[in-house]
Amino acid sequence: MFKNDFPYFSNSDIVYLDNAATTQKPKEVITSQVEYYEKYCANTHRSSFGDANKATLNYENARKTLQKFINAPTKEQIIFTKGVTESINFIASSYAKKFDKVIISSLEHHSNIVPWHMQGRTLGEGLEVVSCNDNLDFDFVEYEDILKQNPNSFVSITHISNAFGKIHDIKAIIKLAHKYKSVVMIDGAQSLAHMNIDVQDLDVDFFAISAHKTFGPTGVGAIYVKESLLKELEPYQTGGATIHEVDFLSSTMLDSPYKFEAGTQNIAGVIGFAKALEYLEKVGYEAIMKQEHELYEYLTDQLSKLPNIIFYNDTEDSIGSKSFNFKNIIHDDIGILLDKMKIALRVGHHCAQPIMKQLNIKGTIRVSIAFYNTKEDIDKLITALKKALDMLR
Amino acid sequence: MTTIEKRVHEIKEDLDFFEDELQKYEYIIDLGKKLEELDSQYKVAENIVHGCTSQVWLICERKEDKLFFKGTSDAVIVKGLVYIILKIFSDSTIEELKEADMDIVYELGLSEVITPNRQSGVIGMMKKIKEYALKA
Repeated sequence: MFKNDFPYFSNSDIVYLDNAATTQKPKEVITSQVEYYEKYCANTHRSSFGDANKATLNYENARKTLQKFINAPTKEQIIFTKGVTESINFIASSYAKKFDKVIISSLEHHSNIVPWHMQGRTLGEGLEVVSCNDNLDFDFVEYEDILKQNPNSFVSITHISNAFGKIHDIKAIIKLAHKYKSVVMIDGAQSLAHMNIDVQDLDVDFFAISAHKTFGPTGVGAIYVKESLLKELEPYQTGGATIHEVDFLSSTMLDSPYKFEAGTQNIAGVIGFAKALEYLEKVGYEAIMKQEHELYEYLTDQLSKLPNIIFYNDTEDSIGSKSFNFKNIIHDDIGILLDKMKIALRVGHHCAQPIMKQLNIKGTIRVSIAFYNTKEDIDKLITALKKALDMLR
Repeated sequence: MTTIEKRVHEIKEDLDFFEDELQKYEYIIDLGKKLEELDSQYKVAENIVHGCTSQVWLICERKEDKLFFKGTSDAVIVKGLVYIILKIFSDSTIEELKEADMDIVYELGLSEVITPNRQSGVIGMMKKIKEYALKA
């Protein structure tokens, strides 16, 4: 019973099925943050008294923990950010801006669309979009066509769709991009909570990570950068803790990762993130995937029995989230009634309006599971859905 | 007590009658069914309330010193909430609407649906009602 590891569940009688938005935190993550603030709260990398050294050590150890966790060759390739959105914005403005073309998919969430618009790129004008069909499959034929016509591009693709749980075959996406001398960033916001990521095996150039979607604290994330690209990366913000020497004529920067982590970071958050990763290691992805796979199948099975339900993608190649609607019922109504029945899930467009427009819907009801969820949670959801449907019909 | 305050008070009394939250929402759904149908000619983009996940349409008519509002939604529960909001604010004087503290609706205890959330259509509706009053 994994729920026992998460204090939230002993304090709440909510059936929590909004894990794609954020996950609950295991005890050790919470404790580590309290400990930092109560026992050795000090700034990192600047002061040299005992507590400051301890804070710095734990912060840098967290970097090593994440490095090993995703099999990055060196810790210098891990740059902490405040989340996937910042990671994408960082790479977009400090590296990808020099590319003539940026290639995304039609399944992206707003964090991987809006930064490109902010650069003045729009469809066909600096931005190319690979279609996903109505089953949300990535169109590899179109992708290769775009790459052929636009070699040396920057490709930025989500690993797992936050709105639908669809998994992109990122290994194939990366391989094809490299064939056409393009560089790839993967938005891994939804992946690390569900599956093992090996950045060397993937041969990915940039991989964006979210802590809070991976059982860690909010306000923390990271970007993995391939070593050969580190030299080309410019800081997109500078200031304290990033410099080697400053006078009024010029500044010289420290090496990576420090030159990219301007200002005081979310120290407790980063330390907490490492604890989340250690917890995940303890549980193991094998156990996580087994539990989630069983739950996902069960969820799909039970939902399928409900009248007039509409799904948008196959269960195969999907993980975590299941998105659906009911004929002639607005998802908002379901969301409100489920809330009254203590079921927490998300209704709406899930910050992925373009794919919603493609599917000609305004949004969906999204159930997103984590390994700590149980069949009992799903049963409660189904009972509540039935009741809500009765009330609305 | 202003007319608006009185109306909030009356609706609150009705809602407080239900101890069971789901029954309360069944009642709200029923209120939505009482909502006067909004002619389809008004269901156009310019009348859509900004910030809604479900669609809410709102129109305003001025009769002498009073404003009258009509509205609807494509969502069943939101329709009930539209009914409540219109009951509170429609048929009020411009002066009273200008002065009204829109936060008064939080007293209804429908905090889960009437929230300061960016996506809340009901909050968007009240903003629009205030705008109409300020421009009138």
